[in-house]
Amino acid sequence: MSLHPSQSVYPVSENSEEEIESILAVIVDNEPGTLARVVGLFSARSYNIESLTVAETDGEKHRSRITIVTRGVPSTIEQIKAQLGRLIPVRRVSDVSREQDALQRELALVKVVGEGEQRVEAMRMAEIFRARAVDITHSSFVFEVTGARDKINAFLDLMRPLGLSDVARTGVLSIRRGVLKD
Amino acid sequence: MTTRAPSKETATGDDRIIKAGAELILDALEEQGVEVIFGYPGGAVLPIYDALHRRDSIRHILVRHEQGAVHMAEGYARATGKPGVVLVTSGPGATNAVTGLADALLDSIPLICITGQVARKLIGTDAFQECDTIGITRACTKHNYLATSPHKLSSIVHEAFHVATTGRPGPVVIDVPKDVQFEEAPYVSRKDAPLRAARADVPLTDRQIEETVDLMRHARRPILYTGGGIINAGPQASAALRELARVTGFPVTSTLMGLGAFPAADPQWLGMLGMHGSVEANHAMHDCDLMICIGARFDDRVTGRLDAFSPGSRKIHVDIDPSSINKNVNVDIGIVGDAGKVIQSFLDQWQRREKMALYDHGRTKEWWARINDWRGVNSFAYAKDDAVIKPQYAIERLYQLTKDRDVYVTTEVGQHQMWAAQHFHFEEPNRWMTSGGLGTMGYGLPAAVGVQVAHPDALVIDIAGDGSVQMTMQEMSTAVQFGLPVKIFILNNSYLGMVRQWQELLHDRRYAHSYSDALPDFVKLAEAYGGVGLRAETPAELDDKIREMINVDKPVLFDCVVTQEENVFPMIPSGAAHNEMLLGGSVTGDEIGKEGRALV
Repeated sequence: MSLHPSQSVYPVSENSEEEIESILAVIVDNEPGTLARVVGLFSARSYNIESLTVAETDGEKHRSRITIVTRGVPSTIEQIKAQLGRLIPVRRVSDVSREQDALQRELALVKVVGEGEQRVEAMRMAEIFRARAVDITHSSFVFEVTGARDKINAFLDLMRPLGLSDVARTGVLSIRRGVLKD
Repeated sequence: MTTRAPSKETATGDDRIIKAGAELILDALEEQGVEVIFGYPGGAVLPIYDALHRRDSIRHILVRHEQGAVHMAEGYARATGKPGVVLVTSGPGATNAVTGLADALLDSIPLICITGQVARKLIGTDAFQECDTIGITRACTKHNYLATSPHKLSSIVHEAFHVATTGRPGPVVIDVPKDVQFEEAPYVSRKDAPLRAARADVPLTDRQIEETVDLMRHARRPILYTGGGIINAGPQASAALRELARVTGFPVTSTLMGLGAFPAADPQWLGMLGMHGSVEANHAMHDCDLMICIGARFDDRVTGRLDAFSPGSRKIHVDIDPSSINKNVNVDIGIVGDAGKVIQSFLDQWQRREKMALYDHGRTKEWWARINDWRGVNSFAYAKDDAVIKPQYAIERLYQLTKDRDVYVTTEVGQHQMWAAQHFHFEEPNRWMTSGGLGTMGYGLPAAVGVQVAHPDALVIDIAGDGSVQMTMQEMSTAVQFGLPVKIFILNNSYLGMVRQWQELLHDRRYAHSYSDALPDFVKLAEAYGGVGLRAETPAELDDKIREMINVDKPVLFDCVVTQEENVFPMIPSGAAHNEMLLGGSVTGDEIGKEGRALV
C-alpha cells in the first residue's frame, strides 16, 4: 500500500478517508498505444495499479476491455475515473466494484513442491478450494484455481507452509450479473 | 476547397480524387480553414513542404527554433480563438516542440502539431532523426496520432481538429511517416470523417442551476472567481459574465489566465487573485460565503494553503472538464459545461426569479463596505523614484501610453509577468497571453509574433524580463523576415528577479546564480537582427522612448533599465492562506514557515 500524495503542492491536513479497493472496467478502442495511455495516466498521477487485465472483446468494433484493480481514498477513485474519461480512445468507465451485482474472477496457477504428509494436506486443501491439479510429479503439483481475489489469496496463504514455490495469476476479470450491461 | 496543383490526379471508381499523403494533409487543413502554419522544414517533412510550395492558400511562417513555432501558434490561437497549426520534422524537430506542447496542454490552448517521422519500415531501427514522438508527446498532448497509412490521413486531421477544439481545448500531435506523405489515397472530407472526442457530455441539470441561483439570491458575501475557461468559451461567455455581474451586483476576480474576460475599469472588478493578487480579491475569497468559480481550476497559485482556503463558503464550480471538479477543492455544486452556456442558464434563471420578487441589492451592502476597506490598502502601490525607473512605473506608463490603441500583450515568466498582470489593465478578452500553467520562460516573444501574424495592424507588446527573453531571442529574426513589428519591452533588472526574490525570502539573500553577469547589449542585438533597439534609463526619458517604440514600424527590443532588487507584492507566501499576505516594504526572511520551504 502506498500513500497518495496531495494533489496540491501545499500542505493538506491528513486525509482521514479510508482507502478502498476498486475494480474499474474500461472499454477502449483497440488501437496502438491505448494501453500505454491508460497505464501512463496511472503512473503520471501516481495512482496505484494492483492488477491489470486486457484483451479485445469485440473484434468487429475493435473494442477491448481493460480491468484495473486500484486502491485509493474515494475521492482519488473518483478522480481516476474522471481522468480516464479524458482519454480519447476510452469509451466507457464503470466502477464494477461499486455494483452490488458484480461477478469477480481470477485464475491462478500454483506450484507446490513437497513430499509425504505435506502432499496429502495440499491435495486435501485443493479439493476444498475446487482447485484442479493440472500437472503432477512425485514431488510437485501445479494447481489451477479460479475465484475472487480474496479466495485466491486465501488459497495461497494455505499453500505457503506446504511448499508453495511459484504462482502465476491472470489479474481480475469482472462483469455484471443479470441482463444489464456494464 | 482549392487544390491548384494536386500531384497525380486519377479518377477512381467512387470518383474520389487520389492524392499523395502530403496533399491530403494540406487539403484537410484548408477545409478546416487554416490560413497560416508555423514551421521548420527537415528531412522527414520534405514532401509536405514540397506540396506547400505549390499552393499559396496557406501562409507559412518560418521560425528559428521549433519551440518558437509552438508558442507562435499558441499566441495566434489565443488572439483569434482558432486553433494554431505547427509543422516540424522528426527527431529533434519533434522534441524541440515538446515544451510548447506541454505549455498548451496546461493552459488549454487548441493546437495541431504535425510532425514528420521516418519511413514506416525504418521505425524502430534507430534511424537518423528517429525518435518515439508518440511516446514522448503522449504525456504533453490531449491526444496524438501515428498515421500508419495515407487512407486514414485526412480523417485523422479532421478528428485532430475536433479533439483540439471541443471540450477543454488542447494540443494534438499527428506523426506522419515520410513514406505516408507520398503514398496515395483518396481524400475524406470533414463531413465524412468519423469524429471522436473526450467523453465529457454530462447534461446540464435544471436542479443545479436552480440551487445555484437560490444560493446567489441569498448570499451576503458572494464572489465570482473566473478563469481562462471563460476566454476559451468565446466572446459571448465574457458578455454573459458581464451581464451576470451587472444583474447581481457581485464582485468579480479572475485568475492570471482569465484577465480581460471582465473589464478592469468596472467598479465591480477586484483585480487578479492568487499568490500575487490584490488584497481585496484574496480577502474576499477568504471571507466570502458563496464562491462561484467559473472556468478556473483551484490551482495552487490561487488557493494557497488548501486547508485554510475560504473556510466559510459554499462553493460552486463550473468547468467543462469533469476531472477538474473536486480535484483540489471539494465543492458543494459541480456543474460540467461550457462557461458561456452555464452563465446564460444562471442569467435566465435569475431573471425568472426576478419576475416573482425583485432582488434586494442591500444584502451585499456590508460586504461591499468591507471590500472597499481592503481596496483602501492599495496593495499594488510601490515607492516612486525620480532617479531610476521602477518596474511597476514602467508598466504603468506603458499602459497609459498604449491603452487607447488596438493593443495585445504577451509576457514571459517571472516578476515582469506579475507586474504586467497587476499594472496593465484589460477591458476585453483575447488581449492577454501569458504562460500561466507551465510557466514557460521564453513564451512571450514568439507568442507576440503569432499574435502579430493574426493581427498585422495591431500593437503587439511582449512584456519581458532580461532572463526570459534570451530563451527564444532567435525569433527576432522571424519577426524581421516577415515584417512583424512586435515590441519587446524588457524590464531589465540584471537578475532572474523571481528567483532572486525567493532567495531573498528563503535563503538569506544568497543569490546563487540569479545575477545576469554577461547580459548582451539589447540595443546592438536588435540592430544586429535588423530590428530597432531603444534604451531608457531614467523616468524622465521613459515616455518619449515608449512613444518612439510605438511609432517604429519594425520589431523593437526596448531595454528598460529598472531597479535591481524590487520585489513583487503583495505575496501569499508558500504554505500560507489568503488572509496572510505579505505587503510591500521590508522583508525579514522569516515569512515562510518550515512546511512552506519545501514548496514551489
